[in-house]
Amino acid sequence: MGRYVARRLLQMIPVFIGTTLLIFLMVHVLPGDPIKALWGDKAADPAQVAVLRHKFGLDLPLWQQYTNYMADLFQGKFGETFGGRQVSDLMAESFPVTIRLALVAFVIEVVLGITLGVFAGLKAGKAVDTAVLIFTLLVISVPVFVLGYIFQTVFATELGWVTPSVQDSEDFTQLILPGAVLGSLSLAYVARLTRTTISENVRSDYMRTALAKGLPRRRIVGVHLLRNSLIPVVTFLGTDIGALMGGAIVTEGIFNVQGIGQQLYRAVSQGEGTTTVGIVTVLVIVFLFTSLIVDLLYAVLDPRIRYA
Amino acid sequence: MTTLEKTANVPEPRSADDASTPLLEVRDLHVEFHTREGVAKAVNGVNYTVDAGETLAVLGESGSGKSVTAQAIMGILDMPPGKIPQGQILYRGQDMLTMSGEERRQIRGRKIAMIFQDALSSLNPVLSVGYQLGEMYRVHQGLSKKDAKAKAIELMDRVRIPAAKERVGDYPHQFSGGMRQRIMIAMALALEPDLIIADEPTTALDVTVQAQVMDLLAELQREFNMGLILITHDLGVVADVADKIAVMYAGRIVETAPVHELYKRPAHPYTRGLLDSIPRLDQKGQELFAIKGLPPNLTRIPSGCAFNPRCVKAQDVCRTDVPQLHQVTEPDGAALPGRGSACHFWKETIHG
Repeated sequence: MGRYVARRLLQMIPVFIGTTLLIFLMVHVLPGDPIKALWGDKAADPAQVAVLRHKFGLDLPLWQQYTNYMADLFQGKFGETFGGRQVSDLMAESFPVTIRLALVAFVIEVVLGITLGVFAGLKAGKAVDTAVLIFTLLVISVPVFVLGYIFQTVFATELGWVTPSVQDSEDFTQLILPGAVLGSLSLAYVARLTRTTISENVRSDYMRTALAKGLPRRRIVGVHLLRNSLIPVVTFLGTDIGALMGGAIVTEGIFNVQGIGQQLYRAVSQGEGTTTVGIVTVLVIVFLFTSLIVDLLYAVLDPRIRYA
Repeated sequence: MTTLEKTANVPEPRSADDASTPLLEVRDLHVEFHTREGVAKAVNGVNYTVDAGETLAVLGESGSGKSVTAQAIMGILDMPPGKIPQGQILYRGQDMLTMSGEERRQIRGRKIAMIFQDALSSLNPVLSVGYQLGEMYRVHQGLSKKDAKAKAIELMDRVRIPAAKERVGDYPHQFSGGMRQRIMIAMALALEPDLIIADEPTTALDVTVQAQVMDLLAELQREFNMGLILITHDLGVVADVADKIAVMYAGRIVETAPVHELYKRPAHPYTRGLLDSIPRLDQKGQELFAIKGLPPNLTRIPSGCAFNPRCVKAQDVCRTDVPQLHQVTEPDGAALPGRGSACHFWKETIHG
């Protein structure tokens, strides 16, 4: 177990270097000159451009830019934005917002997704099952920005239950609507995955044994069935945490949530390399760690799995 | 035991003088499955009784309805597609088919327990055996987790699992096949039920382990004076432990007999065929006998005697009339107790 974790942590190093390099190169090949773009439509002053270029290290060869960046990163420095702010400050400000949003989305996804899946799976082939299948199909096939605007129009503008945009991200009631939109796609997948594993496991021999033991139905479903059926669902949920945090760009835009997605969008559109690479790096780390935790959780849920 | 006090709402616990009503009586039980291909009649009028301390062996091919009957008794049939259109299952004189779901649950595991064939798939793979054994006490007797674990260790000792204390936290896949089947037996035994239904308990085991497991089961049965229904297709297993045998074919009992009489003088051509198909050392080198044909499709059971297409003795009457379970007698007319045969020509089969 300890050796397994150590090996997984070591494996993260090449993955980490690879992803940062890739992002670095991709930002570089973006069309347009980010420094000149700071002047907008006006003609840029070549002298000032050269000063700024030097300040951000953009006059150096690409490999040197990368090594400089990595050297700074290992000292905990994420660099500066063009506006002169520390990227680390920027992230400290917007990551908690995104984490809160992702958390709300995650809770909605888990509670609703698993509940729907369990009911559909237990009543496979019945009306409940069909209803869940149709509902999830709809959610999967409607793009998230369409869903976002529909929710915004219906629940905020028409019904007035919530504010159309998030003013205070610490108020969880304001995050419910964007959270539901953000989590909707995963919710549908979780519901379908749960439904499949439940309807498979419900016919298994150990379920018959549990019944023959005279256990109450609550216990049969809650202990014997769920423990077995949730193993694949947990895997999906684990990898989904990273996806929820990185994939909130559209949702944050619609509901004006000042989270990491907004910052990333701004950084990419302005060609601000340091911010883009910084944010993506953190997202990559989140992703790597959640998948490690999921793999470890696997052994807790399924004793047949052993780490070597 | 506290078990007995806590079950006031279920029939009286076993007592020695309770001789008039059998422990379990199955009366004219029918079970059918409604499938897309039609109605499969899995059980068509089964009758049998089991008394305390008695072992009934139910014998038959796959699909003869022996397991379905057992599942109907346990109340673990999938309904739908399963359906019980008629019949009674009397536990100590009370019809279980008319009981509420909760009443039946109280009987399951506590009064009537079941041992399944494949212990690996029948035990929950993600729960430790200690948990699964202890669950019986926690649910039915409300014991604490700690006490239930102690009881689980005691049970594992009783079915002779070595180092029970160290192994109580292990998972089913960490045990060998024989040990797993012992755990299944321990689980069925946990609350000292009146009746145990063992559905092919040794089929998945190799021969030496089979004998050990059967001996253990027989010994525990004697110790607790339990009734035992042993479902099997292995004639060798039956001879040692059973008191009486019911042979099933296409959802009906075709022959009943005390165990040794059946081996000596079968009164039904199907039973005879089964006995003849046991490999024998003194006939080494000769072709092994096999009953011709296949078991019938349960959605289209042949008219008359269901065995007629495969029977060497079949006459016209066998294709038209369903034979009743006749009382089997000696040639002079003296009744043979406990013997019955559902064959029009049982006399010829047993005596000539």
